Amino acid sequence: MSSKKRQSPFAVVYACLVYIFLYLPIAVVIAFSFNTSKMNIVFEGFTFDWYVSMWSNTLLMDAFKNTIIVALTSTLLSTILGTLCAVGLNRFEFKLKGLISASLYIPIVIPELVFAIAMLILFSSLGITMNIATLIISHVTFSMPFVVITVRSRIAGFDRSIEEAARDLGANEFRTFFRVTLPMIMPGVLSGAMLALTLSLDDVVVSFFTAGVDSQILPLRILSMVKKGISPDVNALSTLLIIGSVLLLTGTTLIQRKLERDDAV
Amino acid sequence: MSNNKDVIVRLIDVEKEFDGVKVVKKLNLEVREGEFLTLLGPSGCGKTTTLRMIAGFSHATSGEIELEGKNVADLKPNERDVNTVFQNYALFPHMNVEDNIAFGLVEKRVPKAEIKERVAEMIKLVQLEGMEKRKPAQMSGGQKQRVAIARALINRPKVLLLDEPLGALDLKLRKQMQLELKHLQQKLGITFIYVTHDQEEALTMSDRIAVMNDGVMEQIGTPDEVYNHPKTKFVASFVGESNILESYVEAVRGDLLRISLEAGKAVLHAPGFKKEEMIYICVRPENLQLSQTPIEHFSIRGRIIEHIFAGSVIKTVVELINGQRLRVARHPGEEELEVGTYVYVFWNPKKAIIVHTVEEQIYNIIEQNSNRMYKEFVEKYSATTEEV
Repeated sequence: MSSKKRQSPFAVVYACLVYIFLYLPIAVVIAFSFNTSKMNIVFEGFTFDWYVSMWSNTLLMDAFKNTIIVALTSTLLSTILGTLCAVGLNRFEFKLKGLISASLYIPIVIPELVFAIAMLILFSSLGITMNIATLIISHVTFSMPFVVITVRSRIAGFDRSIEEAARDLGANEFRTFFRVTLPMIMPGVLSGAMLALTLSLDDVVVSFFTAGVDSQILPLRILSMVKKGISPDVNALSTLLIIGSVLLLTGTTLIQRKLERDDAV
Repeated sequence: MSNNKDVIVRLIDVEKEFDGVKVVKKLNLEVREGEFLTLLGPSGCGKTTTLRMIAGFSHATSGEIELEGKNVADLKPNERDVNTVFQNYALFPHMNVEDNIAFGLVEKRVPKAEIKERVAEMIKLVQLEGMEKRKPAQMSGGQKQRVAIARALINRPKVLLLDEPLGALDLKLRKQMQLELKHLQQKLGITFIYVTHDQEEALTMSDRIAVMNDGVMEQIGTPDEVYNHPKTKFVASFVGESNILESYVEAVRGDLLRISLEAGKAVLHAPGFKKEEMIYICVRPENLQLSQTPIEHFSIRGRIIEHIFAGSVIKTVVELINGQRLRVARHPGEEELEVGTYVYVFWNPKKAIIVHTVEEQIYNIIEQNSNRMYKEFVEKYSATTEEV
């Protein structure tokens, strides 16, 4: 692209507005996490106090701990299940494959509320009381299809003879999967996992219906705090979460870029 | 092919069907130990399918495949002592050259020190020194091909299968790799089964060529046999350039046939034909000659349409009076004939080859079978009548 057009000032202003629109709310959260006032209205002075006091807020910390457990477990499970599902759908031909493949998209398209109520009805009709396990199961259910989609799009351009070469050189099915197939679809698996993680971290609706009393997670805790006003230690925790997510995202992007560089065979 | 010890791969009545369509039909093939055998044919003739069945990626619908005398129907690709070089290289993109080549040895749990040694040896053999740490994406086509060959050879297979390995390379590199592959094969003494649609490549490299068309093996023989004595019309036209003429035998005098074509009369040398038999004859462009004056026994006339310059030879296109076009290879030193000149076409009677079509061969088989059945029927019938 050698012919760089001069940008019109309008385009620059427009781009700035878009970015302000996207990032201003986040900037506000970060700013107020350093605010000395307990109210999220005026900025009175700079302090690190909230970053210290949040650790002693047991309600918040319990929710945080649960969030991490649920997010990591459901990400791990949905990534494994989703990857296997994508590989299977790619490799085998069977009856009703079209239907099975299409039904994967249903959890994505139906309103989250409907999905949440469905899960609630399912669990209660089975006589299961809501706990952290029901929460994880529901998270896996709605995030797995996203993993399947990303991994499948990755496999679609996959040269089958590479797997055949591995078999030819003496690797059995399992060895071939772990030494050849998995490394090759890794970029897809990673983006699927990232999607699953974000979906699980900020889910409110499904969690609201399927979390037990003992399994409060951060989004739900914050929601319930809204009534009394959100304390600035929530801002501090949110800021840490934002930093964590950005680091994670940068890390996976770098890994993916490295993996994809090998790809242009 | 009677010596069983020498046969390393044997295909017995192998057939392959995809969705009810037979892509390989009753294939019988014996590959001898240490030979360079080429499966030659146009795309879709079943040559790659045959190779994949030997490798174990595809199962024969019927028939048997034997490796070293053992039926391998139940063996998976990783359990067969053959390795494959794939058309598109199929290198592992996430591994460097060394790791790609070492793959087979790692799977065989060969000790690390030995792997290192053998990989280094292989890298030297295929002349990739200095590239050990490169990834496939950073290499040229020819280099990738070398990695693919080294990777397949490191397991020291009994048979190396090559599926159009040079198809993606440019002409010059392809010619060079052809010779290198041939030398490599001679040096290692490993049996090569090579699939290609390039007849020139097949003629250059092979000890024997099996020509396939439409799932049927039409001829197997040395490059010389296949080129100079094609058995069928297809082989004659697919291997090398050829002019195929339809004719019938007008008179037979000893081994000399006087034949009649649409465009005139000619003679050729061939034993065992009867008067009024329909035959196809094949004359290579280099065996056709042109003359402005009549030649004894030949009365085929035509007009020169164009001259095509092809380096060492000039290909002259002659249109016969029935509209058929012949290609004649002439040397720049020969008498110059202008476009539009009327000429007589002739050849050395010994240089024309009689070929068959597959249909004829099938008719022959049917005829033999029906003769046999008729005999059996007569025997049976006469036996029963005697009882009565």
